[in-house]
Amino acid sequence: MHPPHDLALLLARFQFAFTVGVHIIFPAFSIGLAAYLAVLEGLWLKTERSVFLDLYRYWIKIFSIVFGMGVVSGLVMSYEFGTNWSIFSQKAGPITGVLLSYEVMTAFFLEAGFLGVMLFGMNKVGRGLHFAATCCVSVGTLISMTWILSSNSWMQTPQGYSIDPATGRFMPEDWLAIIFNPSFPFRLIHMGLAAFLSVAFIVGATAAWHMLKARREGRNTSEAVRVMFSMAMWMAAIVAPVQIMAGDAHGLNTLKYQPAKIAAMEGDWETESHAPEMLFGIPNMQTERTDYALKVPLLGSLILTHSLDGKVPGLKDFPKDQRPPSPVIFFSFRIMVGLGMLMALVGFWSLWLRHKKTLFSNTAFHWVALCMAPAGFLALLCGWVTTEVGRQPWTVYGLLRTSESVSPVALSSIAVTMTAFVVVYVLVFGSGIGILVRLLGHAPDQNEHDASPDHASDIMATRMHPGLIDASSDNKGH
Amino acid sequence: MIDLAYWLPVVWAVILIAAISIYVVLDGFDLGIGMLFAVEHDSGRRDVMMNTIAPVWDGNETWMVLGGAVMYGVFPGAYATLLPAFYLPIVLMLLALIFRGVAFEFRVMTKGAKQERLWTMGFMVGSGIGAFCQGAILGGVIQGVKVTEGAFAGGPLDWLTPFSILCGFAVMCGYALLGATWLVWRTTGQLEDSCRHWARRLAFGLIVCIVAVSIWTPLLHAPYLRRWTEWPNLLFVAPVPVLVAVLGGFLVAGLRKGHSKGPFLCALGWFFLCLSGFGISIWPYAVPPALTLWDVSSPPSSQMFQLVGTAILLPIILTYTIYSYRVFRGKVTEADGYH
Ligand code: HDD
Ligand code: HEM
Ligand code: HEM
Repeated sequence: MHPPHDLALLLARFQFAFTVGVHIIFPAFSIGLAAYLAVLEGLWLKTERSVFLDLYRYWIKIFSIVFGMGVVSGLVMSYEFGTNWSIFSQKAGPITGVLLSYEVMTAFFLEAGFLGVMLFGMNKVGRGLHFAATCCVSVGTLISMTWILSSNSWMQTPQGYSIDPATGRFMPEDWLAIIFNPSFPFRLIHMGLAAFLSVAFIVGATAAWHMLKARREGRNTSEAVRVMFSMAMWMAAIVAPVQIMAGDAHGLNTLKYQPAKIAAMEGDWETESHAPEMLFGIPNMQTERTDYALKVPLLGSLILTHSLDGKVPGLKDFPKDQRPPSPVIFFSFRIMVGLGMLMALVGFWSLWLRHKKTLFSNTAFHWVALCMAPAGFLALLCGWVTTEVGRQPWTVYGLLRTSESVSPVALSSIAVTMTAFVVVYVLVFGSGIGILVRLLGHAPDQNEHDASPDHASDIMATRMHPGLIDASSDNKGH
Repeated sequence: MIDLAYWLPVVWAVILIAAISIYVVLDGFDLGIGMLFAVEHDSGRRDVMMNTIAPVWDGNETWMVLGGAVMYGVFPGAYATLLPAFYLPIVLMLLALIFRGVAFEFRVMTKGAKQERLWTMGFMVGSGIGAFCQGAILGGVIQGVKVTEGAFAGGPLDWLTPFSILCGFAVMCGYALLGATWLVWRTTGQLEDSCRHWARRLAFGLIVCIVAVSIWTPLLHAPYLRRWTEWPNLLFVAPVPVLVAVLGGFLVAGLRKGHSKGPFLCALGWFFLCLSGFGISIWPYAVPPALTLWDVSSPPSSQMFQLVGTAILLPIILTYTIYSYRVFRGKVTEADGYH
């Protein structure tokens, strides 16, 4: 087969990265928010406090929009493996395609099947059933994450396969080894926590905004807003430190299986024990050194091996055509880690303020919480860039090169669709985010505050989608 | 000893055709309703139309994700040749479905604002383009794809022929018919009446398309012609056109007599017949005229692993899908007081 055009390859990669980068935002949002909604509804059923129902009603509107955007951007992904990476699909499909099919059958149908009941069914099914539907949707998002991460992790740390000498295809030999490949548990935990953290910071920022606004207008903040803020800050205080530990463990695992990726993330060129940690620098792939390096002695070995004289790999250990582009992931990694530290700091600060009983009155803290709104998603994207760019130049690590994975599609076609994707995504997802921000700008509704819960739930169903009223009674019946 | 390498792809072909059929009828009426916005301008009635499918469209579209995933896992050779071959119509379809999908939420959330029109248009045009692309891709598969050494070797516009365009319009027409008969079933009053009216016209348009495609298909490749006309086969395939005619009669009668469910079921029947005609024509090719099912399938270990899960999960999925349809059964009308 003739080698594909370099520019076509570059565009195919850029297109994939762009579309999956947009997609991942929405599933991460859905994973975190669905779990939050399940908790809110559970608390409402348990305590009967209307504030939880108010919050549920508030966030389910956001959820319905986010989920819709996740579905349409995900649909694109499920066909893009074939359109952009047909050779990869042909060779690895017997493994990754099967994992994706399991994702569809165990997760996507579950979510889709119960989403309708969750969004529109409050006045059609009993409370218990409705809560069950919410839980099914939440569990569905988690199952979905599990399969797709297993598939992605297998591409990072492949095992349990053999290679068919005639066709070069990956043949599954041991499915348990494939699914539970070495990087999968680390990636699963790290990504799951990332989704929860991202949503916690969105919820926290929304609450902070309404507290700041109420203060400016001389009102008291509502109970709903305070509950929301408190819940979000508990998440930050507990999950952010756990995430740092999970990330550390993930890094150790990567050092074991993908040392070239670690060397590129660290901007290290020579293998050393007693390695320093580079706080800043500009890795240069041509001159094979890292310029303007700002180093802390011994810290590199300490972080990566948990001992002062641990051996840390350098990029020069690897042939030039097997080195991931260090400048990109050196920075994406540092941005992620920096944001992770900031999140943990915010969490600790919130504990301190809680102790001093000023959590709901400290304006400076509310401003910080507001500014942290995008921090989770930003860290998440930086993490993915690190992971995926760090896997280069391979699609299946060490076995199948990206340049050998690409489809035989004409450059002109990819150029046209790339433009179309950017235009449509900016328009559609830009508008969607606009709608979300506008909705979040309205405080949680208190009008139904004193209405009975059942009445409130009727209002919720019809208010969200005017016109969806069951009129089976005047069914002519045939 | 059963020859797994022979039978597994056959079993999977049946499952894949079933998944595609379920997708076509379920998302077919969703997309049809989108297209019917072109003839129904009243905003209140448009809300009702959308509300009949708002709780279920996501599940309907998931069948398409399943189709893609099964092809990727079980017939990777087909996935890897067909998707590059139909690169442009597939991307166009995906972009169209983005507009269609987000419109459900965005239209409600922008009610009364300037943007509402944009999302209403997006719903209508997205549905139309999505349907057209699906038909054109189907037509393109029937007319065949240029393959050398197991990979797509044609040009980006090979799929675009008068035949595939006809198939595109046929599918648009068919989906609109499904949508109209669905609304006859699920709505009341003026909306129901106008859908009865449109369903009759669409049924007529679709039967013209079906006849044209049926005559054209066997002329494309000699094997197709032989498949339909050789002796023992004739026995099995002859009932297909007869059934199409019979169902057409029931459909029109049902619409005239005011039946509510009947016309929709007849339209469904038409779709199953057309899809089985498609299956009969291209069997045993996955990528006509070059690659058979066995050429494109993944190793038995993959197919077997996936089959076990499918056998367990598919019945469960069908059960809760039917449950969620039942939760939202009954006629949908305009809620008073919200407009
Ligand atoms: C809220 C999001 C978030 C936060 C705060 C962090 N990460 Fe992260 N990180 C991710 C979100 C993420 C991610 C998006 O979930 C990634 C991409 C792929 C993956 O498995 O997780 C990731 C990947 C990723 C990798 C790459 C693994 C590989 O590809 O082999 C490493 C080494 C770390 N992380 C380490 C850390 C450390 C030491 C953090 C401490 C502050 C940290 N991450 C905070
Ligand atoms: C977990 C699901 C994911 C899977 C299965 C997956 C798979 C792939 C595949 C097949 C490629 C193309 C080949 C290549 O260039 O390596 C790729 C590239 C890429 N993906 Fe992912 N990906 C996933 C998630 C993500 C996410 C969430 C992001 C978010 C930013 C991302 C970012 C990228 C980038 C940036 C590239 C291009 C790398 C480069 O060109 O240097 N991926 N991924
Ligand atoms: C870490 C990476 C990913 C995670 C965690 C993830 C997770 C999810 C989740 C939770 C959903 C459903 C919720 C929602 O729609 O918002 C979803 C939707 C979807 N995702 Fe992803 N996804 C990832 C990457 C990918 C990739 C790489 C593909 C491409 C194969 C993909 C394909 C899909 C599809 C087709 C849907 C829509 C299915 C439906 O609900 O009908 N996802 N994803």
